[in-house]
Amino acid sequence: MPSDVLSSVPHEPGVAKPDPILVVGEVRRSFGGLRAVDVDHLEIQRGTITSLIGPNGAGKTTLFNLLTGFDRVDEGNWHLDGGALVGIPSFRVARKGVVRTFQLTKSLARLTVLENMMVAAKDQVGESFWGALFGRWRHIEAANEIRAIAALERFGLAHMQDEYAGSLSGGQRKLLEMARALMVDPEVIMLDEPMAGVNPALTQTLLDHISALRDDGKTVVFVEHDMDVVQEISEWVVVMSQGRVIAEGPPASIAQNREVIDAYLGLRHGETA
Amino acid sequence: MALIVVPTAAQAENETIKGTLEKIDGDTREPVAGVTITVELDGDIIGTASSDDSGDWEIPVPGAGTYLVRLEVDTLPDGVALTDPERSELPSVSVRNNQNKTARFNLGPGLESGVGTWTRVSSLFVIGLKFGAIIALSSVGLSLIFGVTGLVNFAHGDLVTLGAVLAFLFNASPIGPGWHVLIAAIPAILLVAAFGGLQEIGMWRPLRRRGTGLVSLIVVSIGLSFVIRYVVLVAFSGLPRPYNDYAIQNDIQLIGITTVPKNLVIIAFTVVVLGLVGLFLIKTKLGTAMRAVADNADLAESSGIDVSRVILVTWIGGAGLAGLGGVMFGISEQVQWDMGAKLLLLIFAAVILGGLGTAFGAMLGGFVVGVAVEMSTLVIPVEFKQAIALGILVVMLLVRPQGLLGSRERIG
Amino acid sequence: MDWSKILIDAGRAAIGVPAAAYAISAMGLNLQFGYTGLLNFGHVGSMLVGAYGLAITVDRGGPFWLGIIVGIIFALILGLLLGIPTLRLRADYLAIVTIAAGEILRLTVRSSWAAPVTKGIFGIQRFADDFFDVNPIPAGLYGIGRFRFDERTVWVMLLGWGLVAVISLFMWKLIRSPWGRAIRAIREDEDAALSLGKNVFGYKLQSLMVGGAIGALAGMFLAIDQQNVTPDAYIPLITFYAFTIVILGGPGTLLGPITGSMIFWFLFELLDGVMTTLIVDMELPVLSAFDATDVGPIRFALFGLGLMWLMVFRPQGIFGSREEMLIDAQ
Repeated sequence: MPSDVLSSVPHEPGVAKPDPILVVGEVRRSFGGLRAVDVDHLEIQRGTITSLIGPNGAGKTTLFNLLTGFDRVDEGNWHLDGGALVGIPSFRVARKGVVRTFQLTKSLARLTVLENMMVAAKDQVGESFWGALFGRWRHIEAANEIRAIAALERFGLAHMQDEYAGSLSGGQRKLLEMARALMVDPEVIMLDEPMAGVNPALTQTLLDHISALRDDGKTVVFVEHDMDVVQEISEWVVVMSQGRVIAEGPPASIAQNREVIDAYLGLRHGETA
Repeated sequence: MALIVVPTAAQAENETIKGTLEKIDGDTREPVAGVTITVELDGDIIGTASSDDSGDWEIPVPGAGTYLVRLEVDTLPDGVALTDPERSELPSVSVRNNQNKTARFNLGPGLESGVGTWTRVSSLFVIGLKFGAIIALSSVGLSLIFGVTGLVNFAHGDLVTLGAVLAFLFNASPIGPGWHVLIAAIPAILLVAAFGGLQEIGMWRPLRRRGTGLVSLIVVSIGLSFVIRYVVLVAFSGLPRPYNDYAIQNDIQLIGITTVPKNLVIIAFTVVVLGLVGLFLIKTKLGTAMRAVADNADLAESSGIDVSRVILVTWIGGAGLAGLGGVMFGISEQVQWDMGAKLLLLIFAAVILGGLGTAFGAMLGGFVVGVAVEMSTLVIPVEFKQAIALGILVVMLLVRPQGLLGSRERIG
Repeated sequence: MDWSKILIDAGRAAIGVPAAAYAISAMGLNLQFGYTGLLNFGHVGSMLVGAYGLAITVDRGGPFWLGIIVGIIFALILGLLLGIPTLRLRADYLAIVTIAAGEILRLTVRSSWAAPVTKGIFGIQRFADDFFDVNPIPAGLYGIGRFRFDERTVWVMLLGWGLVAVISLFMWKLIRSPWGRAIRAIREDEDAALSLGKNVFGYKLQSLMVGGAIGALAGMFLAIDQQNVTPDAYIPLITFYAFTIVILGGPGTLLGPITGSMIFWFLFELLDGVMTTLIVDMELPVLSAFDATDVGPIRFALFGLGLMWLMVFRPQGIFGSREEMLIDAQ
């Protein structure tokens, strides 16, 4: 069980993990004088579900953006499986195996559900200009389609495959985004507030899917506000506040962590209420 | 699209080649007399003529054909020279049946001493400021409208034209009251301002409420610009016409600078108006609200600002300023159906330079573009004047898209 | 009102050479704007470089076929030069910079500085003799009654619409391929496409270049028909014609540019005929304020109104599906 692997890890911010897939060192980003992200060290354990929590403005989404190449760091470096990712453009980060979703679900509205899935598939020669005109891409397409439909079935969307993604409900779009991320066959899936705006009835389904991703061997990192959700499926929690990592540990320890509570109450360390 | 006119065949009567020689020095034009022009066909001299006191000359030719027209450079008076010394000959002037063909020779001031250069530079600088003033007035509206609504209004140049044309209606038009142009400007500006408000209430606001995307709105504004422009063309005709007042003025000398009085008046007046606009934006509640909305509409709304009202006022004010710019433009040159459209790219250059969304940026950008465009003629051929503004625009967008005074987040 | 004459003239316009050329131009713009979502307001620039590439090559003694290739290469280079620095800008900024680029091109080609090569304001004429020399159609008029064309026009029309068909096939293949799907994904949401590993910048650049090359073919075609290239024929108005045609037929559809062009020119000619009859021939008292020279401008004003109406009430055009438009969360 993955949680066993982490049981011997001390509950300190920036602590090393036994088998990290993502190692982040010294990542900093400021906006006009305001330090948005100021991380010294952070490691994500392979094959686990890690949640990233913290009050609004803590820098969680910014950190996501930086790690996946959607924003440029002022300084910093981080590695995926030993390979450096700093300075790599976002689409290449995705190809290297780190896929992220967005807070506001980005479904490709005027593409069908199936097309949404197919466009996510990697290594399709037909996606290059010359490959499209002269390459033999149809059999790759057929193989991808089988994979896509299987994934859609798993997420309960197969019956909608020919509908425009834009006509899906909010919850269905979340599921589509998750299924689509799978098509890229990633190592690490970074979900930015996957429960945001989702009908509570759907929450458990989404949680089950996230756990299933971990069971498939993927590493999941997700930003979340709802502590119940965090408690339920996270194996590890990273807490950010004002751009810094202030605490790490299993969910139970975090709930009682003095600094975490202070951060949420808006107090800085050392002050009293 | 082919705009080829097929000439109607008629019996060959009088074909001539003619022209007017004027020395053009910045804004002033002076006829040049006593210059000899020669016309040749296949190496044989067909005829010669000497330009009269108005600078006019005309030489009859034996029929339709292609002729060589030459200006005899040694007959040019002192202080006058061809702007392009290589072009003293036009080798293929083609004349059609029954045509009085015009041939142009561009003349300007001759070789100058140091003093002359200062005159030219300072004169161009003043013209640049005047042109910049007109651009600045026309640009503030576009910049602010973008700021508060996100729309790049491609019909803004045509609001400039409307201002000029409406002032013409009240000034020099045979069907109007014939008021002095400064009086005529008042109803003109008010009408354009009202038109701006009408556009916002009748079209832009409903479209925004519907959720029409910005790209669609831009295309709508392009359609609107065509409507305005061509309605004006039908009503006003294609001929450029001046106002009854201030059309032609003589040079005056002020602290060593040679220029026409209206240039200085336009600059001064514009500075005052823009100063008032600036004060309004900084000191009044409404003005501050405008800046707040332009900066961040959501934030402004949550602080209790009535965004709809602000947008409406911005449209009315922005349009009015454009109309004023049009009147100034008309006073400075003449009134023409596409004068505003020609200005549009310069307005874009000014706004991009200063920063789309800021009024002060537009003012600064306007003056800079005006001066840059006019003074560039010192070093590059006149035909590339507009290209300078376009070059500024392109470079700014590549290097610093938020402009000199804009903030980075806007362009994302 | 002589409806038969008006309708026949309009019909001729619908299948004539300008209609074919603008169908080609619109296909290029459709790839950039309709499928990729690029707001290229400088499209006329690729038509200009295509036409001038051909004309200059022939003018300097090169063979006609080489001129075609040069024109296409010019357009590809233009796409590259334009795209690399500007494609990261968002839509409205891209619109402004592309319109500026088109005008810079026109002013340059028009200048006396470039005149040794481009002949400045006067432009280049008579460079398509080779094209007309190989016309296999015997001299004469072809058609029925008043609906007929001479052998020169038929030749150009045949090749024009033939080219339309070839390019349509090409577009069909492209759009139905995974490349086309990636392009459409980019139009929907660039960030999503990036997060799925698509090189958005690369795709946009390819779209700009290929669309531009198609535009160059259109420009060449128009120039061949008139045996004339002049700088002032390549003004922003031409880009807006192409936009209207793309939107009219339905942006992001395969048949849209073709039907859009035919309908556009049909209407253009129809309006011309109707208005000329009303204003000039019939001399209606209510229209006495207008004369023959007003027909053109009124037509343009109506064109502007039509464009506005289209964008507000039927932005998906004739062939676009309403459902797609409703979904467009733009």
